[in-house]
Amino acid sequence: MSRVGWIRLAVIGTAIGLLEISCRLGLIDHRVVIPPSEMVDALLRLLISGQVNDQIARTFGIVTATVLISVVLGFALGVVIHALPRLRETLDPFFATYYAVPIFIFYPVMIAIFGLSAIPILLMGVATALVAMIIATLNGLDRIPRILTKVARMHQMGRLSTTLRLKLPAAAPHLFTGVKLVVSYSFIAVIASEFILAPAGLGRIISDAYSDFDNRRMYALMLLLIVVATLVNMTLHTLDQRWAARRGLVKS
Amino acid sequence: MTSTTLPDRQIHASLSGVTRIYPGAAGQQPVHALGPVDLDLRRGEFFAVVGPSGCGKSTLLEVLAGLQPATAGTVIFEGRPVANEVPEGIGVVFQEDATFAWLTVWDNAAFGLRRSGVSEAEVCRRVDDALSFMGLKDFARAYPAQLSGGMRQRVCIARTLVLQPRFILLDEPFGALDAQTRLLMGDEVLRLWRRTDSTVLLITHALDEAAMLSDRIGAMSARPGRFLEIVETGWPRERDNTIVGQAQFGAITGRLWDTLRAESLKSLGYGGVAAK
Repeated sequence: MSRVGWIRLAVIGTAIGLLEISCRLGLIDHRVVIPPSEMVDALLRLLISGQVNDQIARTFGIVTATVLISVVLGFALGVVIHALPRLRETLDPFFATYYAVPIFIFYPVMIAIFGLSAIPILLMGVATALVAMIIATLNGLDRIPRILTKVARMHQMGRLSTTLRLKLPAAAPHLFTGVKLVVSYSFIAVIASEFILAPAGLGRIISDAYSDFDNRRMYALMLLLIVVATLVNMTLHTLDQRWAARRGLVKS
Repeated sequence: MTSTTLPDRQIHASLSGVTRIYPGAAGQQPVHALGPVDLDLRRGEFFAVVGPSGCGKSTLLEVLAGLQPATAGTVIFEGRPVANEVPEGIGVVFQEDATFAWLTVWDNAAFGLRRSGVSEAEVCRRVDDALSFMGLKDFARAYPAQLSGGMRQRVCIARTLVLQPRFILLDEPFGALDAQTRLLMGDEVLRLWRRTDSTVLLITHALDEAAMLSDRIGAMSARPGRFLEIVETGWPRERDNTIVGQAQFGAITGRLWDTLRAESLKSLGYGGVAAK
């Protein structure tokens, strides 16, 4: 691990240690925050008991579906919009202001239309993540060096082959940025939707635990979400850094 | 101005009355970029094209390579017309960095061969050979971002070389390099030319580069580009950058500059000054 990595780890370790000590010494009320070691213990017991396995599967299943739909649909729409300059000109202002609008205001509408099920949550996730993928695709396609088209013609490559073997790899860093954003937005949108109103899911049982003053369960599940989201994002970040270093975009 | 009449078997590629006019964008006039141009390229010769900026040198190369169509006239390569498609046997090296950033140097060089269905053993043999020839053997596993500009250009040359082209078109391949590197790269290209026995057409804005490398040099007018003069250098086939110290080298560059001075001023918008 690099020196910066060790420093980062030390900072996180110190913060967790301070929280642990503060909780154990009673500086932080046990009814407000439980010690991190107790969170870990509660999470392990919860996982071993299997009580929430179906909820975990449901939430991560919706997140996975949201990511897949947003990436595939966002990429496809990005390609189409890129190919139609007039359509792009029309849509550009919407893209520029999309994230200035609190998309969650449409959640009740989704529930009214589709009922209290996984579908409104999935749609909220896609609505939140999709545009990030479209914008990333447009950026990627804009930045494909024009020289590659000439090189492709020199190698007698057809349109499909040029797209798959030259244009997509050239646009890949931007597409990957889109994928990273989609993953982050999907987690946020799905958990938040479940937290607000849902028949089941991790967000819902965290909300229930909060209402029931069940701090052990609430913090255990919060820890699970933090760990999973962090691991997924760190994996994507590491891959991104590795590829970027190869391309000379950042120092490895 | 055309070269002297040659027997057909000695002509590798030719342009007859080639013109290229780009359609104007909305509300703008069409741009007459090139021609009419007539030129016969001899089999195995090293021909350079020089001319002021924007005179249509690169357009000439792209029309000859089949990368864009001629508006009028005919382009013939090895006896067959070239029609908006790069014929087999032509290799192009561009001015811009055309390496594939996501592939290693070795995979960059192997790219075209793998596409053409050559056996893996033959791919390995040709790529290893080309990388050795271009001095890139020790960098085979490196990525383009880890190389200098000159080395990246050598990767592009290696990628073209493995295809064993009979006609190599170089579009200002050293344009982005410093003067010393360009001199050394010039030697590399001469070595490549001698080894492959291919015909080479070099587009350059550097008169010294053209004078050092070429058997013949075509000097083009300001846009629309036409050949004003074709200069025979008379260099032996075995030559290198030491010829820049010879009196004849100075005479050739001086003659080219005499031809091009007024055209260069014209291209900069100093037509009146040139007339004086």
